[in-house]
Amino acid sequence: MSPPEAASAAPPEMPHATQRHSVSYVRFLARLLDVATDGGPKFYTWMILLTAIALVGANAWAHQVAEGMALTHMTDHVSWGLYIANFTFGVGLAAGGVLMVIPAYLYDDHDMHDVVIFGELLAVAAIVVCIGFVGVDIGRPDRVWHMLPGVGRFNWPVSMLTWDVLVLNGYLLLNLHICGYLLYHRFIGKRPRKRWYLPFVLLSIVWAISIHTVTAFLYAGLGGRPFWNSALLAPRFLASAFVSGPALIIVLLLLLRRLTSLTIGEGPVRTLVNILRITTLVNLFMLASEIFVEFYTGGSHTASAEYLFLGLHGHNDLVPWMWSAITFNVTAAALFLWPKAAENNRLLVLACVLTFAGVWIEKGMGLIIPGFVPSTLHELVEYTPSLVEWKVTAGIWALGALVLTVAMKCATAVLSGHERLGR
Amino acid sequence: MSISDDPVQQQGGGDGVARRTVLKAAGATLGAAAFAKALAPLTTWAEDMSADEFLQKHYKELSPAELKATLARIEADTKKDTGVDVTLTADAPIEGVKFGYALNLSICIGCRMCAEACHEENNHDRKTHNSYIRVFEMDKGSIDFAKGTVDYVHPVPRDDKFYMPVQCQHCDEPPCVDVCPVEATWKEKDGIVVVDYDWCIGCRYCEAACPYHARRFNWHAPEVPAKDINPDQGLLSNRIRPQGVMEKCHFCLHRTRKGKMPACLEACPTGARVFGNLLDPKSEIRWVLENKRVFVLKEELGTKPSFFYFFDE
Repeated sequence: MSPPEAASAAPPEMPHATQRHSVSYVRFLARLLDVATDGGPKFYTWMILLTAIALVGANAWAHQVAEGMALTHMTDHVSWGLYIANFTFGVGLAAGGVLMVIPAYLYDDHDMHDVVIFGELLAVAAIVVCIGFVGVDIGRPDRVWHMLPGVGRFNWPVSMLTWDVLVLNGYLLLNLHICGYLLYHRFIGKRPRKRWYLPFVLLSIVWAISIHTVTAFLYAGLGGRPFWNSALLAPRFLASAFVSGPALIIVLLLLLRRLTSLTIGEGPVRTLVNILRITTLVNLFMLASEIFVEFYTGGSHTASAEYLFLGLHGHNDLVPWMWSAITFNVTAAALFLWPKAAENNRLLVLACVLTFAGVWIEKGMGLIIPGFVPSTLHELVEYTPSLVEWKVTAGIWALGALVLTVAMKCATAVLSGHERLGR
Repeated sequence: MSISDDPVQQQGGGDGVARRTVLKAAGATLGAAAFAKALAPLTTWAEDMSADEFLQKHYKELSPAELKATLARIEADTKKDTGVDVTLTADAPIEGVKFGYALNLSICIGCRMCAEACHEENNHDRKTHNSYIRVFEMDKGSIDFAKGTVDYVHPVPRDDKFYMPVQCQHCDEPPCVDVCPVEATWKEKDGIVVVDYDWCIGCRYCEAACPYHARRFNWHAPEVPAKDINPDQGLLSNRIRPQGVMEKCHFCLHRTRKGKMPACLEACPTGARVFGNLLDPKSEIRWVLENKRVFVLKEELGTKPSFFYFFDE
């Protein structure tokens, strides 16, 4: 198992004493800050655009906090909406990066090793997005400190939400440590020491599974909501995470290849396509399995599934969305299986975008809203997000894209050897 | 994302770098100013909040002196906001009492007087006409809520229907309490499930967990005209709730812990409601449980409600 730093282009060992870490680490951060804020017109345009969207979101959120969550279209019947839908999808993205880590570290795939850090950085950005969506969903953000151990009251281990807080923040720290450690050592031109990152990498594999399992348990544990109260929910969450994550990473790798001087081999992309060939099918199989149980059994427990797939008593807001999702996912699965599509970057990107959108619908709104429609007392109240909710949502995704852009730009600069101590 | 071959950067000095640094600093300042402007609505919101309010401790952690100070502060705040003098109390559960509620489906006529009484007693938002009770009109012959409706508008009762009011079931195994991440809701010794309005963070996980649609969220600050405010208020019950927190039926604990009946019971014109102490063998509710055909809602979920439904015949 060799770290990415062992690539042939690695610089010769430079004299660097341990006691100078305090100096060189500050230098490392300063250089990264410089890289993060430097670029051509395209870079600035992109960053300004994202900042502008984030600003619109921040403003909408400030109004929501000040004037109340009545600015959303959530109600006592549908009490979670677009925010929690995106949160759920985001957790999947964060967990999906692990499918680069497993080939790189467990199967010793050298090509994957060179780019695995981008999967880890995606996890960081995705967790930022998740924390953002939970943050904007709570009615009293001024009371977040009530969760802090010591001063607050943290209902652990009974509340699954407290587990989620722990695993999400833990996953963020793990990935920050791994990426930071490896990049810093590349920067100072030293070989990273396995004991300082390998145990964390292996832990992050288990942890990635845990974040999505815990998030699924959050819903699956509620006996009053039969649509969620299914043992298949956690496996389904993982299957769809292993679709959306790799799909986004393929697109990111192809973008990196085009936009940077970094050499991205065919190997990692091919490995990810191979993974997607399986995971898209597993995901569809689990969907079919749920549909069978819901509809063959029948009874009032089927009402939510009926609402989602067919419409219930004239209420059918989600029906076109859900069938689009299924169409997208089936098309993408077929494209991944077609050898020609895997070699044609355009078709490959199309398949990735389709399945990404498909999963976003299926386990976003398609999962959260039917949990509430019909309500626990079978009242039919539908939900369409308000403009404020769309603004805040766009703002949080823009924030995530900002984090990801800066992180990938810094990583590219260090990995390509452009940013190095002493330069 | 061009990271390579920037001539200015390669030179490592000179006017180019200085100009770039100045531009970056200007950009950062502009960005920070824009975010400050975007978040401006938060400042007016924060101005309305006192330090005491922000630092308010969890109900269970209040010393007697702190509890007294809290009651005084909220009374003063209410006076400031509404101009009304209210009396805020925090009655403790009575030893040897566990409250239970039973509802006679044979004589309930679906008039919704209970829901209206709840609305007025508990200082609910007038615009949304909130109440902790929802009354379902159901087809005779089944207890399937899918066939029920809450928004019936015709004279009641109808011969082919029966009526089923639903409110918090004050479960012995409340799923809402389990899921709360900050212990802002709990079951008191007398069986009442309460919410600490000053501790709830408004995540609404409890609302998702409740199988009885018993919980309500304050999507905006509730508005009650000064003349309609019920000044007899409880800290954990009917005081005017803050924006962004959960609330729910509390068995009118500001009344029932003083020996009075819940407002919904007093309002019922047919006497369909029976409230009392489950631990007292001579109570009316115990007689109902022992002599009538009684059932609880969604028994299969294992929530163990303290709210019972029964039939006469």
